[in-house]
Amino acid sequence: MIKIENLHASIDGKEILKGLNLEVKAGEIHAIMGPNGAGKSTLASVLAGREEYEITAGSVDFDGQDLLELSTEDRAREGLFLAFQYPVEIPGVSNVNFLRTALNEIREYKGQEQISAKEFMVRVREKSAIVELDAKLASRSVNEGFSGGEKKRNEIFQMAMLEPKLAILDETDSGLDIDALRIVANGVNTLKSSKNATIIITHYQRLLDYIVPDFVHVLYDGRIVKSGPKELALELEEKGYDWIKAEVDAQ
Amino acid sequence: MSEKINIMNDTIQQNKLAVFTEGLSLSNLAYSNDLKQKALNILNTLDFPTTRQEDWKYTRVGRIASIKANQTAHNSQIDLSSIRTESKLLFVFENGHFRSDLSSSDMPKGVVIKALSRCSEEELSLVGSLVNIENQVFTAMNSAFATDGIYIQIQPNEIITPSIHVLHILSGDNTASFTRNLLVCSDFAQAHIIQEYITQEASSSINNVVTEIIVGVNAHFTIDKIQHEEQGNFAVLTEQVDQKKDSTFTINTITLDGTLVRNNLNIAVNGTNCTSNLNGAYLLKNNQHVDNHTLVDHKVANCLSNELYKGVIYDKATAVFNGKVFVRKDAQKINAFQSNGNVLMSDDASVNSKPELEIYADDVKCSHGSTTGQLDEEAIFYLRARGLSEKAARNLMVSAFISDVLDKIENQTVLEKVQLIIQQKFAWEF
Repeated sequence: MIKIENLHASIDGKEILKGLNLEVKAGEIHAIMGPNGAGKSTLASVLAGREEYEITAGSVDFDGQDLLELSTEDRAREGLFLAFQYPVEIPGVSNVNFLRTALNEIREYKGQEQISAKEFMVRVREKSAIVELDAKLASRSVNEGFSGGEKKRNEIFQMAMLEPKLAILDETDSGLDIDALRIVANGVNTLKSSKNATIIITHYQRLLDYIVPDFVHVLYDGRIVKSGPKELALELEEKGYDWIKAEVDAQ
Repeated sequence: MSEKINIMNDTIQQNKLAVFTEGLSLSNLAYSNDLKQKALNILNTLDFPTTRQEDWKYTRVGRIASIKANQTAHNSQIDLSSIRTESKLLFVFENGHFRSDLSSSDMPKGVVIKALSRCSEEELSLVGSLVNIENQVFTAMNSAFATDGIYIQIQPNEIITPSIHVLHILSGDNTASFTRNLLVCSDFAQAHIIQEYITQEASSSINNVVTEIIVGVNAHFTIDKIQHEEQGNFAVLTEQVDQKKDSTFTINTITLDGTLVRNNLNIAVNGTNCTSNLNGAYLLKNNQHVDNHTLVDHKVANCLSNELYKGVIYDKATAVFNGKVFVRKDAQKINAFQSNGNVLMSDDASVNSKPELEIYADDVKCSHGSTTGQLDEEAIFYLRARGLSEKAARNLMVSAFISDVLDKIENQTVLEKVQLIIQQKFAWEF
């Protein structure tokens, strides 16, 4: 689904990603872990198309397309979804209103008919139930006055509405209490299929108790330095990152 | 009968006002001759304001001064279906002259609506009683040269349910239209009025409008003022409001077009327990200049005023907001809230926002705020990351921004009409 090769990216002249390789296939869940400053959020930002980052080398193939050539909105329309680490509050713009616009722009891009009002509302009801998001929250201004947990659930709700091929969850678990974490994880698990894939960027192993990854990768100093099965996450939780840093620095 | 006016002035070569008024005819309307004469005398001593005057600091009227003013009445072909009004009470004026052919003749019970030209001296006894013309070029000109306008009197205790729609059309080249309106909402009465300003094949023309408004005891009066005169034309409008006790007055000023628009909205809150709502939205592009000057004068205690003005400014356009709130010495327990917000959509757009609070009472709750900025780029990125184009994202955000004000318009027909005009002019979606 997505193949990242030798990706180098910098911001303000400082190189953050230094030759990152990653391949994710349909039906898979990948977890990317790593210490602070390793470049986890940069990876999410670069894939979503944030313009502050300069790509200095490498390629990203997204289902046969050169992802780096696409605008942010076209990436979304092609089926890439980023759940933001810090969801933005947008006063006055209603959640459902903007989702209808988004959905219709995606459909137009694909040459499909606009969604009918009825069909849309059915979908809102069905998908908000998955993340136990109050229907009232769904129609309020985007993230305005939402609690931290509600914001993250709203991200998963949007993901459910847009049905992306590849979802990147950027620290979606940070700051969540156990109930919210369970709800978010349940949402992700419910939406999982053989046709989509998920990249979970996280600090903590805790989320992986609820969402079982097929692969765990350690991102350190701008590269993926270690990959392994889900047990790697437990090992990281137990031993921290120092042993990996030592391993890398020794090379 | 009309007589030609020659304003004598020693410096007639330099005095642009004298040149401007040279060919204008003294008003034939039945209001007091003293007012007309006083206005002429005042004009004799004045010239057009310059930016050295505090009130006109940010607004240059040179382009108005250079109009070769004529007061020609036109009878343009107007397609009223484009006005999108549901009102059966439609009254049309063109260049400050009554278009009886386009206006309703039905009159509901409890209200008197007619052109000022058809009013008696007695009916017009209140004309000039509210508005200040001392040192005021535009209100003085209007008082001297007014050709016509609407007279509406809601009778006491009457609740008029259909909206009364007054359409002011500006047409032709170098037209100087002087429109005078008198609106009286008597004690315990209730009504909704739409004052709409448009152009029809006009250029370098100005509509100079003065509206005096009396809101009676416990009356509820709402005005939606919709301005969309085409660019290349000018408008200077003054509303002077007198609020009696226990009354509620609401005015929504929506400015969507016009090269130079100046609104003077002055509310004298003369009675206790009043509510005054002033909402304004202005959407500017190209080289437009829109200046909203408002004044709420709290003279007595226990009143509430809410003021919310918001603007979106594109291209090289300029907006001016000057909101003054006076709370007089004995006007205790006043709640006065004022807020002005602006979004600049280009590097060349500009705003001059000046909130002014003068409070002489000590037991009041007053606030004002003014914000000017650009759209939140992080929010735009967020919307784009969900599949919206950059343009759609920006449109969604500005329409949300301005909807704060538009949502104050209670009349659905008016709201939809305003949204439609905005969609056509700015391609926003609501």
